[in-house]
Amino acid sequence: MIETRALKKSFGPQLILDGVDLRIETGESVVIIGRSGGGKSVLLKHLIGLLQPDSGDVLVDGENISRMTERQLLRVREKFGMVFQGAALFDSMTVAENVAFPLERKGKYTAGEICTRVAKALEVVDLPGTEKKKPAELSGGMRKRVGLARAIVYEPQIILYDEPTTGLDPIVSDSIDKLIIRVRDHFNVTTVVVTHDMRSARRVGNHVMLLHEKKMYAHGTPEEFFGSQDPVVRQFVDGVADPQEILF
Amino acid sequence: MRTWIGEWLIGLGRIALLSRDAIASCLTFKFSRRDLIYQVYFIGVKSQSVVLVTGAFTGMVLAAQTYFQFHKVKMDTATLAVVSVSMCSELGPVLTALMVAGRVGAAIAAELGTMRVTEQIDALRTLATHPIDYLVVPRLIAANIALPLLTIESMSIGIIASYFVGVGLLGIDPAYAWYNMLKYSHNSDVMIGLIKSVVYGGIIALIGCYKGLSCVNGAEGVGRATTEAVVYASITILVTNFFLTLTLEQICVILGI
Repeated sequence: MIETRALKKSFGPQLILDGVDLRIETGESVVIIGRSGGGKSVLLKHLIGLLQPDSGDVLVDGENISRMTERQLLRVREKFGMVFQGAALFDSMTVAENVAFPLERKGKYTAGEICTRVAKALEVVDLPGTEKKKPAELSGGMRKRVGLARAIVYEPQIILYDEPTTGLDPIVSDSIDKLIIRVRDHFNVTTVVVTHDMRSARRVGNHVMLLHEKKMYAHGTPEEFFGSQDPVVRQFVDGVADPQEILF
Repeated sequence: MRTWIGEWLIGLGRIALLSRDAIASCLTFKFSRRDLIYQVYFIGVKSQSVVLVTGAFTGMVLAAQTYFQFHKVKMDTATLAVVSVSMCSELGPVLTALMVAGRVGAAIAAELGTMRVTEQIDALRTLATHPIDYLVVPRLIAANIALPLLTIESMSIGIIASYFVGVGLLGIDPAYAWYNMLKYSHNSDVMIGLIKSVVYGGIIALIGCYKGLSCVNGAEGVGRATTEAVVYASITILVTNFFLTLTLEQICVILGI
């Protein structure tokens, strides 16, 4: 279970999160939506301890990680896998080396076991036979798949996705959504997806949260959320710009 | 002015913390041996050509200039002694370090800076890997191993090159030149040079890593981090050299070496 309590974060004078409270139960599939630059990725990075809050707490399975040192966090992060917006593959390594990286760092697997697990992870993300390619040779969608393979290869309990479909065409986006659902069901993991893609949010999550004005504005099941008559939720779901914000 | 001093002090504090964490991590042996060997190859083997050319021409020009001055007072045969002491205790380590700072310091800052702005450092952290264990420590240890070896090469090639210029080109008597060189060069000169080179290796690696790891603002930030890594490492080497010379010479006097 992941929980945040009154989470506040600012970068310099700019306040990004102003008292965010959320609760994600084990096995749940949560989608956090919000406007671009609204602090969704910042919130996601707090959940795994990549950022430290200015105030407030982040609890992972009841353990407060917000005041842990980087070295203490390493142990907690073994529970997590994270897929980054730009995939964040190590460009000096091949696909296989990227996926094998977390296993090699653990140091408790033989070369044969690593090979088998890497091949299996690449098969799950529909990329068998790409082991020897370099990240620069892959398309955006393929890079995200490799990023996902690297995140699932050590079978974490929680997977965080940062804008998994951003910058991809609708067909590739659809395949990524299906992949997220497949991984969720196959590995039975807690899934947290940050996105501003409404179609993706509708399909992937069994719980949707809206981050608005630096706070958690609304949450509910996809049916409740997308059926909501709240003007802020409706504006976001329908993708309607506020006339006052349009600059001619 | 106050802001500039504040930022400088914050930077200094962060480098101190990075150094502390890196040294603590070195002692736990959490780094990969394979990465260490690759870094020794990259910092040491690949820097040899630059260091050899620098060392050779520095030795040659030093021999020529010293000869021109000493010839006026009929001290031609002391030329190689001056070159030898200078190359061992000052020019060898400092010039090697400056050349490596330009080549390797820049490369470290650019590589780590690019990893930082493309979220690869964050990816490392999510994969339960401490960036200091994986990125900083192999570079720090490799620089500490490679710099003394490169410095020895620089010292040797500088002295050999100066011998050929002095004896072959300027006509200094080889026997007296060699005798005087051995008479006035001491083991302590070589030791001082090697101790300095280990310190400079640490400076190059830590400043390069710090600038790369603290890089922000995309491609522009990587460019700035690279430039700053070279400039700060070079200045730190030159300033440290003065204090190291005074300190190490005093220690040698006290110990009677």
